[in-house]
Amino acid sequence: MTATVRYADVEVGTELPEQVYPVRRVDLIRYAGASGDFNPIHWNERFAKSVGLPDVIAHGMFSMAEAGRLVTDWTGDPGALAEYSVRFSAPVIVPDDDKGAEITVSGVVKQKLDDNRVRVDLTARSNGAKVLVRAIAIVRLA
Amino acid sequence: MAINRDYLGRVYESPQPYEVTRVKIREFADAIGDPNPVYTDAATARAAGYEDVIAPPTFPIIMAMDGAGQAIVDPDLRLDFSMVVHGDQAFRYTRPLRAGDVVTTTTTIADIKALGGDERFTLESEIRTTGGELVVTSMIMLVVRGGAAKDRDTQGSAA
Repeated sequence: MTATVRYADVEVGTELPEQVYPVRRVDLIRYAGASGDFNPIHWNERFAKSVGLPDVIAHGMFSMAEAGRLVTDWTGDPGALAEYSVRFSAPVIVPDDDKGAEITVSGVVKQKLDDNRVRVDLTARSNGAKVLVRAIAIVRLA
Repeated sequence: MAINRDYLGRVYESPQPYEVTRVKIREFADAIGDPNPVYTDAATARAAGYEDVIAPPTFPIIMAMDGAGQAIVDPDLRLDFSMVVHGDQAFRYTRPLRAGDVVTTTTTIADIKALGGDERFTLESEIRTTGGELVVTSMIMLVVRGGAAKDRDTQGSAA
């Protein structure tokens, strides 16, 4: 498959529409099971606080997965992703209530590369903090 | 105590191949809340040109974390896992993983360095099919909080 977004239609500065991804405690339990990452800071409030965290925090990889959805939904083809990298800069704090937290993700085309590839820079925020920095996706467009 | 620098360049092979299955891909896609049918519906995936359902881009963290785990559990590495946070993550893809892939993971300790009072420990994992095709490379950078500072304290008290 190829991406549904055409290289020719994209310019430096083209924005990917902002999306908000919810994250509740149950999402972290499910993600722990699916990924095999059972670090108790992601599900045990008592443990999280004992190591100096304000509360249970989301897996960094959960945030990376949500931010990646902005790109794969935009291109229409997850297989168009050539490279994807992030730095985890702040935790997503997930309170023990029915609402949980939100991760707000936006993106912008930063550079047009050769071979129909573009560099997309992503921004992910939660509760006022930047939770990812240097979040960069290289995608191959049609 | 600081991470054992003698481990730089050490290589860990996955003890057995990992079989990528439709069920595991579906479980992972559900867990990240991604309803894209190319992860769950074989007919959609085939219509999109894939042999079978493909895995979400961060799915290879399962194999990469297994590789990291092989290194971390070695007591002679002297890595205090209770102080570890995930610093950076990068993937470089040849293609998406897909159901039916049987892969092995080769993990190399690529970098160990002190920065401020912390230490940074970088693992590179190459995930290949048992036929030898490189599918994806993962880079995990772990921050060991206070690792370098504690080492200085140790040296100070020993002096």
